[in-house]
Amino acid sequence: MALSLPERLPGFVGRLPAPPPGLLRPVFQQLIAGMLRRHPEMFERLGEYGRRRFLIDPVDLPVIFIMRPDAERPLLTPHRRGEAVVWEAAVRGPLPKLISMVNGEEDGDALFFSRDIVIEGDTEAVLALRNAIDDAGIDLVEETEALLGPFAGVLAALRKRAVPLLEAAARIAGAARAAAGRAHDKAGAHDGAGEDGGRGAEGAS
Amino acid sequence: MKITLGPVLFNWPAEKWRDFYFRIADEAEVDAVCLGEVVCAKRLPFFEPVLPEVAERLMAAGKEVIFSTLALVMNKAERKAVRAVAEMAGEALVEINDISALAHMDGAPFMAGPFINIYNEATLGFLARKGAARVCLPPELGEEAIAALTKAAGELGVETEVMAFGRMPLAVSARCYHARVHNLSKDGCQFVCEKDANGMDLKTLDDEPFLAVNGIQTMSHACLNLAGEARALAEMGVAALRLSPQDCDMVRVAGIFRALADGEIEPEAAGRALDDLALPFPFANGYFHGKPGAEWIGRLVDSAAARA
Amino acid sequence: MSLELVCPAGTPSSLREAVDAGAHAVYCGFRDETNARNFPGLNFSRKELEEAIAYAHERGAKVLVAINTFAQAGRMALWEQAVDDAASMGADALILADLGVADYAARKHPGQRLHLSVQASASSPEAIGFYVREFGVKRVVLPRVLTLPEIAALNAEIDCETEVFVFGGLCVMAEGRCLLSSYATGKSPNMNGVCSPPSHVAYSEREGGEMVSRLGEFTINTFAAGEKAGYPTLCKGRFEAGGRKLYVFEDPTSLNAVDMLGEFAKAGVTALKIEGRQRSKAYVRKVVSDFRRAVDALESGEAAHTSLASLSEGTQETEGVYRKTWR
Repeated sequence: MALSLPERLPGFVGRLPAPPPGLLRPVFQQLIAGMLRRHPEMFERLGEYGRRRFLIDPVDLPVIFIMRPDAERPLLTPHRRGEAVVWEAAVRGPLPKLISMVNGEEDGDALFFSRDIVIEGDTEAVLALRNAIDDAGIDLVEETEALLGPFAGVLAALRKRAVPLLEAAARIAGAARAAAGRAHDKAGAHDGAGEDGGRGAEGAS
Repeated sequence: MKITLGPVLFNWPAEKWRDFYFRIADEAEVDAVCLGEVVCAKRLPFFEPVLPEVAERLMAAGKEVIFSTLALVMNKAERKAVRAVAEMAGEALVEINDISALAHMDGAPFMAGPFINIYNEATLGFLARKGAARVCLPPELGEEAIAALTKAAGELGVETEVMAFGRMPLAVSARCYHARVHNLSKDGCQFVCEKDANGMDLKTLDDEPFLAVNGIQTMSHACLNLAGEARALAEMGVAALRLSPQDCDMVRVAGIFRALADGEIEPEAAGRALDDLALPFPFANGYFHGKPGAEWIGRLVDSAAARA
Repeated sequence: MSLELVCPAGTPSSLREAVDAGAHAVYCGFRDETNARNFPGLNFSRKELEEAIAYAHERGAKVLVAINTFAQAGRMALWEQAVDDAASMGADALILADLGVADYAARKHPGQRLHLSVQASASSPEAIGFYVREFGVKRVVLPRVLTLPEIAALNAEIDCETEVFVFGGLCVMAEGRCLLSSYATGKSPNMNGVCSPPSHVAYSEREGGEMVSRLGEFTINTFAAGEKAGYPTLCKGRFEAGGRKLYVFEDPTSLNAVDMLGEFAKAGVTALKIEGRQRSKAYVRKVVSDFRRAVDALESGEAAHTSLASLSEGTQETEGVYRKTWR
């Protein structure tokens, strides 16, 4: 790819107030449940390592994630940065780098050698996760689009524009927030998180 | 159980090398002695002139002499060195440490050294068909594997030997690390490995002793010590324990293992006697117990002794 | 005769990636201790290998199955089963290291093409000749201990093809004869198919952003904040010896011999091997396509250059291992 990719998200993103994790929780739970439906072979490949708790830390976002890619009881929960969380293995790095690794666009080892990505705790589990995701051919954009359902067409049109990675990052964040807004709408307590998220996505792409 | 003295793996000056073996011939209670250069062919010219008299003295003292060959064979000089020793096969027992030497055996009985990868019964069977009479098992094998291989060897009429003392040989390379650490090339090494009669200590950046460098070879920092396991090895049917020479009182070491093998002293007493040597490195026996080779598993041995 | 490009596949999708990127042959292994890249999340189930072979064969690529660890005492059946399965699935060659496994394969599957793994560390004409005579080995993967002139001399003396490593992680010890990992962790390449096993790797950060990598109980390296890192492979660690702190065995560099392909061809080499079954498909795609271009360019007499440094350990490259000065 000839486009120059951003190393990390602009600094202001990290300073944005984190969306209330409680609102986002169902969205991310849907995301991992969807991944299990669409990529059972990834969970199978992970085997026992799927029962580990992974901390996914996009260092340029105000949120962190705990993931347990267990085929029986998959779990993906967002948490505020600074919140006490329990994990056995951690992967930290700027969101664009994490996404390009998951999407198979950049080599995980290479990102590690260059210190873009930092791993901690159970190295074996991180390696298993990396290898299983790599084989499954996960496309995070597709995964989030699948979540969005009817909105997917609009995003597909957006896809043609701009820097792919940052776009993807923003879209995931936007999709998550939009979905959270919808979920929240259903609950009847709209506080504007969805709208803010939507604007953020447009601005970033 | 028999006691075998493995080949000197370090670069000792010819005179020291000769005197060491003379004393072994005269004083050490060992059944067999391996002679020859295993690590670096460049060292050969130094002690080759004294090799015949050393071999004679050992044989005259009633020791079986086994002629060891190089572990890593690439260039003409190394190939020639292997061929020269291998040609003695049939007249004397040759220890092969690379498949290059096996290619010369031609059906003659031989010994497979610890550098030959013997990990399973099928390999043992194959080597037995090729003429293996005795095999020294690789140092990383644990108790179960040693037992299984010794049982299989018994059925094939092959004797097994297990390394029981000395810094463990862990790796060989085309590259000389002694030379590299001293900013020299391998060709112009100036034989700097001669400076370290027990190998050159290698520490981690946290100042923890870890490995030892011996020319192209990498060894353990810790010294293997299977005194506590000798009884178990005998019960499995292991025919011999191999002691790998260190720059210490090897006659005393051999005496301790001899007494242990003969049941004259208990493992605990042997352990204490080996401790009294005050070697400049700790003991390890982890491989036998299925643990990292660097570990020392003391309690298991003690409790086994307490039960006995 | 053109050089055969042999490429790594740790997963089915990497295999497809390698084939699509122009690999002439792909090597891979079963998901167990029978292969020397027995890392978590990697390798092939029986069904996956069957599908992979079909995929490769439809596109004119070969699949070489690595069964290149040393069978453990009392567990020979696992290795025999791997040999039987790979043979019956139509593997184009089996890559073997163990005398016992090779003996079994040669007797049980006399028509099956066998390659000698680098793990067998056959570095002389005598050793290679032995494997050719005893087991009918058709190709030997040369240990990374030989220089280019030594490879040329060797090829003149042996009766089988040779395959050399041209890119990727670099073993500085004679392969298949290194117990450094098991000394520190209890697990070894020979027995368990793992070098510096990830189960025993730990990274931690110290004050000032210094990163420490440990293997088992031992510190393998420390990196200042921002300094390029390497995987804590024991032989690429930084240690203190002779009063100096240095990379005693080898700097954290990777092999890249892309500029030597012509010399390999002249030296009589048949196949070029890319290391990296534990790497991602992004790595496979990039390295395989670059090398395929280089092989094609060599054949048509053009020059081709690649820039693969970012994929290399410590992001440094060397072809030094094939030059005598490396020693």
